Amino acid sequence: MDNTPYAIEMLHITKRFPGIIANDNVTIQLRRGEIHALLGENGAGKSTLMSVLFGLYQPEEGVIKKDGKEVKINNPNDANDLGIGMVHQHFKLVECFSVLDNIILGVEPTGAMGVLQKEQARQKVMALSEKYGLSVNPDALIEDISVGMQQRTEILKMLYRDNEILIFDEPTAVLTPQEIEELLHIMKNLAAEGKSILFISHKLNEIMSVADRCSILRKGKYIGTVDIAKTDKAELSRMMVGRDVEFVVQKKPPQPKDVVLDVKDMTVASKVHKNNAVKNVSFKVRAGEIVCIAGIDGNGQTELVYGISGLEPLVSGSLSLCGQDITKAPIRKRSTMGMSHIPEDRHKHGLVLDYTLEDNIVLQRYFEPEFTKSGFLRRKNIRTYAERLIEQYDVRSGQGPITIARSMSGGNQQKAIIAREIDKDPKLLIAVQPTRGLDVGAIEYIHSQIVAQRDAGKGVLLVSLELDEVMNLSDRILVMYEGELVGEFDPKTTTVEELGLYMAGGKRKEVHG
Amino acid sequence: MILLVQYTLLFTSVLLLVALGGCFAEHSGVINIGLEGIMLVGALGGALTMKFLPVSVGAPVMILAVILVSALSGLVASLFLAVAAISFNADQTITGTAINMLATAAATVGVKAMNTISSGGSDVSSEIAYTSARELLTVKLGPLTLNWFVLVTILALILSYFVLYKTRFGLRLMACGEHPQAADSVGINVYKMRYAGVMISGVLGGLGGIVYITAGINSWKFENGVAGFGFLALAVMIFGAWHPLKIAAAALLFGVFRALGNVYTGIDFLASLKLSSTIYNMLPYIISLIVLAFTSKNSRAPKAEGIPYDKSQR
Repeated sequence: MDNTPYAIEMLHITKRFPGIIANDNVTIQLRRGEIHALLGENGAGKSTLMSVLFGLYQPEEGVIKKDGKEVKINNPNDANDLGIGMVHQHFKLVECFSVLDNIILGVEPTGAMGVLQKEQARQKVMALSEKYGLSVNPDALIEDISVGMQQRTEILKMLYRDNEILIFDEPTAVLTPQEIEELLHIMKNLAAEGKSILFISHKLNEIMSVADRCSILRKGKYIGTVDIAKTDKAELSRMMVGRDVEFVVQKKPPQPKDVVLDVKDMTVASKVHKNNAVKNVSFKVRAGEIVCIAGIDGNGQTELVYGISGLEPLVSGSLSLCGQDITKAPIRKRSTMGMSHIPEDRHKHGLVLDYTLEDNIVLQRYFEPEFTKSGFLRRKNIRTYAERLIEQYDVRSGQGPITIARSMSGGNQQKAIIAREIDKDPKLLIAVQPTRGLDVGAIEYIHSQIVAQRDAGKGVLLVSLELDEVMNLSDRILVMYEGELVGEFDPKTTTVEELGLYMAGGKRKEVHG
Repeated sequence: MILLVQYTLLFTSVLLLVALGGCFAEHSGVINIGLEGIMLVGALGGALTMKFLPVSVGAPVMILAVILVSALSGLVASLFLAVAAISFNADQTITGTAINMLATAAATVGVKAMNTISSGGSDVSSEIAYTSARELLTVKLGPLTLNWFVLVTILALILSYFVLYKTRFGLRLMACGEHPQAADSVGINVYKMRYAGVMISGVLGGLGGIVYITAGINSWKFENGVAGFGFLALAVMIFGAWHPLKIAAAALLFGVFRALGNVYTGIDFLASLKLSSTIYNMLPYIISLIVLAFTSKNSRAPKAEGIPYDKSQR
């Protein structure tokens, strides 16, 4: 070994793309055995920087050093040879393969004629999983195991290749709170065993609890590196966003008026099991209030929204919107009657990913006379409309209205959906996990938009798994457990602990909507 | 009854070989609709070998030569698909269809030209006869007349299973058909693996072609193509859930029905029904429609098949 304390250094990296500078003189130095967080908003250049480290892009300026020696990384194989491994945000796992097959893929131990010898691989995997506390069943198929297990498989993939530098790209975005706890624990274990970890995240709590140091990027620029022990959330978020961030939503007391949405004895079938996912649920949402459905994931919230928005038919019960029955109304009817829906899965139900941004923005209104004349789209009007929304809601993208939705960052995709749904001037806004996977800046913006809708006299139905969001935003909280509403609460008088008790099924009371 | 067994074995072999070919291509991520055309090209190669190689070379040389030439012809035909679909990201279905149309047309024109020239203009058919050479392909086993190709097929089946599920090559091939980005991220060259998958399908498809045309008769009219057997094999592959052993079972089922069409007159019970031969000839196709209608919903195709691999998409 040499005397530099750094496992990998990226010095003065500049990477330009047509029109933007993705990385502008960025320097990151990763010490051996440390957990180094890389913090930045969506689009701040974190992914580009990692792609440079992986040899997917070549930087225009700057050098990469491994153990103090300059190295050239031309492709992912070079990175792998240097001991750099990465857990991608979207796992790179073959679903119908076993855990073991996925781990050895690409570095298979083989005998004569390329015949696989899985036994020795299995022993190495078992030894690694024991050493680092990563329990997995090597013979389980990826499609049968939980997301947390899949992530452990990805980690084992790196360890199996004897990688020393481990990169985690927003690893907690897809995990449940318990799985996040476990992951953070595993990361600490890995660092204690001498692995160097680069932890890409925009969740301040996680960075504060696990990282040793943190480097911050903003709009492609390197802002600085701080010791976690000597900083706090407020400073980190200021460095990330460039201004002070409000963690608490400012809002006036609600002024509920007429009933907008009336749900009576609604029952919705489940797609996963034979029982009903939503059982005899009744509640009302009034104009000018935010009603929040809280609950642990998978307790029927998804199906509840499917039922209300028309994605799934009701087994029984009735729905009315502003006094009119919509129990059997088609989705477009509900939409034109004043229902807006920010869906849980923005890729599946929110956007047509391979359409342009402007086509996505006009997706629910293209049939209106403003945008269609005798069967032909009025492209000019669509463009004007899209440009107005992009401007007004600050949707950032590479090429404006003609950007393909798939190429946009998650935060800006979500902003586009929110622009589309809010600009329709709805009477009822349904928002399902509207801030999932977004950074603090975007969360703050989306929260303020939702409150603004309430203040403008719209009814808001919010479904969220994040208790912080529930407590912050709602005027009324309904807790859902196993398809039923088990309690109604006022956020001013309840506590997170009390909600947790009801969410876990430990207590229940009558709900009268 | 013996005839039924004989024909069943032959038609099963055809379907099995070609379906295994399709299986390799699809596991690598490429849909090979062009198997029909590839079969015909393989058949043409084999038929020409049987016509022009003197019978005096003996059975082993003849068999080996026919197998080699058919396989190689199929491989060349499959390269059209590989180059267009893998290197140039062409639509795989359209490319495959083009191969089918091209193969029949080219074979017909080629054979007609050959016949016209060699006969001085009196024979303008697209037919190649290979009566004497065909006898070398068979071996008597008691009352059964077995074809050497049946043995080749069994070998191909065992080898396919072994290669797909026991070797590094198979693991990597299937990774490319399921999640090419994942394969790429661990340093596997997706393009190369897909070329390999398509080329193997060409070899097996070409073999299937020569087995098909030599199954029942001593000559073949190339304008007839291979009567949809390439597509039937695709149905067998889907019914067999892309797994060699299940494909073998499926091929056997279809093989029996196809064989019935050739031999039903020899089975008293069936002959007494006095059904038109057309009905029996239709059977395998009707069965495939019914079977696919009920099973294709549950069968699980390789996830990334049909999608050209684009390195830049994540």
